[in-house]
Amino acid sequence: METISILPPELIRMLIAVIIIISFLFLNAIMMGYLERKIAGHVQRRPGPMEVGFHGILQMVVDGVKLLGKELLIPFNVDRTLFRVAPLLSFTPVILPLLVIPFSEKLQARDLSLGLIFIVSMGSVNVMALLVAGWGSNNKYSMFGAMRAVAQSIAFEIPILLSMLAVVLMCNTFSLKEIVGAQQKIWFVVLQPVAFLIYVIAGVAETNRAPFDLPEAESELTAGFHTEYSGMGFSLFFIGEYTNMFIVASVATVLFLGGWHGPNLPYGEYLGVVWFFLKVYFLLFLMIMIRWTYPRVRFDQLLNFAWKYLVPFSFVNILITAVLVKL
Amino acid sequence: MLESDFQKQNRFFLNMGPQHPSTHGVLLIVLEMSGEYVLDPQPVLGFVHRMHEKMAESRPCGGFMPNTARMDYVCALPYNHGYVSLIERKTGIEVPKRAEYIRVITSELNRVASHLLWLGAYLLDLGAFTPILYGFDDREHILDILEDITGSRLTYCYYRFGGVYQDIDDKFVDATRAFIQRLRKRFVIYEKLVTKNIIFIKRTENIGIVSPDMALRYGMTGPNLRGSGIAYDVRKNEPYSVYPEFDFEVPVGAQGDCLDRYMVRIREMEQSLRIIEQALDRLPEGPVRAKVPKNIKLSPGDCNFAVEAARGELSYYLVGDGTSTPYRLKVRVPSYSNLSCLPELGRGILLPDLVSILGSFDLVIPEMDR
Repeated sequence: METISILPPELIRMLIAVIIIISFLFLNAIMMGYLERKIAGHVQRRPGPMEVGFHGILQMVVDGVKLLGKELLIPFNVDRTLFRVAPLLSFTPVILPLLVIPFSEKLQARDLSLGLIFIVSMGSVNVMALLVAGWGSNNKYSMFGAMRAVAQSIAFEIPILLSMLAVVLMCNTFSLKEIVGAQQKIWFVVLQPVAFLIYVIAGVAETNRAPFDLPEAESELTAGFHTEYSGMGFSLFFIGEYTNMFIVASVATVLFLGGWHGPNLPYGEYLGVVWFFLKVYFLLFLMIMIRWTYPRVRFDQLLNFAWKYLVPFSFVNILITAVLVKL
Repeated sequence: MLESDFQKQNRFFLNMGPQHPSTHGVLLIVLEMSGEYVLDPQPVLGFVHRMHEKMAESRPCGGFMPNTARMDYVCALPYNHGYVSLIERKTGIEVPKRAEYIRVITSELNRVASHLLWLGAYLLDLGAFTPILYGFDDREHILDILEDITGSRLTYCYYRFGGVYQDIDDKFVDATRAFIQRLRKRFVIYEKLVTKNIIFIKRTENIGIVSPDMALRYGMTGPNLRGSGIAYDVRKNEPYSVYPEFDFEVPVGAQGDCLDRYMVRIREMEQSLRIIEQALDRLPEGPVRAKVPKNIKLSPGDCNFAVEAARGELSYYLVGDGTSTPYRLKVRVPSYSNLSCLPELGRGILLPDLVSILGSFDLVIPEMDR
């Protein structure tokens, strides 16, 4: 016990939180991978994975083992350092935002007073990973994907920020815990429906999901920025994408859907996490359904949509919010 | 805007294919690009050339039958149909009426199967994953029906000189009728899922406009030509088999963009169903195979026969020299001419539009290379 007491208790707390979050992250990727394949299967009127385990429940585990067992391929003439760094760069920044997300009243690793800004800035680092992957691969298709990812990210970060600001204006804080606290009586989705809609659309685009999956558009760019990746490099991108989806959905839950609030449960300050997860996975379900229903938009249409519709609408929305709050 | 100095200096080449997912087979298109704009697409063929025409010159004419199904494997029965009709015209074999009806029914079923496959593959090119499985689900029914009667699912060798291999039974008739009912219901789903989808319309409307003049200049045929507003269909304009006995329309498009070509194919499927229904109603009794000499002699002189395959006009040209082996057999396939307008059409468009145009042409690469 003496050695532990030498360390500051805050450090130990963070260490435990990081371990829990990283293990959750892998679990989430496995669950999402399974859910996606099952839902896709049922949307397409087929059963989806059925062979490994009950209704194929172990399919993703088996796939993970397969990916781990693959040789680390480095194609000829690539920038070796960048090629290796890119998957890590895509994986690391998606862990950090989970530290500030309040899963329930007491389940939060760290309540930063600028939590929202922290999440947004970490989201921007993720784009760099795609750019590095595309550039480092020395492949024209990868480069196309990387360029698209950057343009798309710049275009959609603005409406995301503006729709977040609308909520921030209403409760005067960047701390996620306090934002959820402010939704005790009424969820912000009721007060800010336009901001919610803009956030969800831009969020789907931000995570590079269909119909906005242009950086990896397989019918055009074979596989976009991860054309040259296989094995663990590919699966880190894959986990990064699913975690990113989880973060976008959690932020939507925190900002608009009242976070952990729901009908009272015993030990509500901890078990609020149930409501939180229900809301998050409902949003993720929607995102999966959208992916398997719509065709892909064209690149210029996507950017036009962002700059001509989402940005002006969110500006008007934030203006109205500001005036109403001042009243 | 495309010809700015910056873009002139920053041209580069991109090899689209031969393993690219949206070239549907081993087609290579060398794209000269500037950013995401395609400046000059040049198709390169020949990756799956199998010398089918040469093979025809080296064996008795009956031995070439299986080859006909291996050119366009998606819609093989019209290829069978063209070849047997060619030999029948050359040698003057009379075909029993019932056999001709069976040929029409199976060919039209195969055409619907081909269009269903195209529907799924085209939507896959546009990034929608689901319609291909719906299309395959329906197509599977057709393949099952045809498998029962022809013995194979894809590369049929069902027609014979002077008739068909075997008669159809009640099971076939019932299954076909049930399938027609089913597909009519499914069209409603396709319309809701695809045709009315705003993203789909944005990706196809006013994209890749082929003017009627251009379509004629490149010798385009089939739904691609009809999409440009020219109502040319071999089944109507140069009727063969028993097609004149049926009542069906030739759908045409308005301006020749990808959406028009899509709509033409969708409406063509409905017309094919109409033809099949009429043929099943009026199916005559009788033999399905005429007496044909064992050793068919092809008299000196040439002969031509054209049929409407799913992709356009398919014509066989044969020169005989008195033996049973053709002196020369030339196959004119629709996809080759349909593709040839790509360099002109694809100048200055975006890469995703090129994918959309390629998909809307409904190309089958082994047919072009044969």
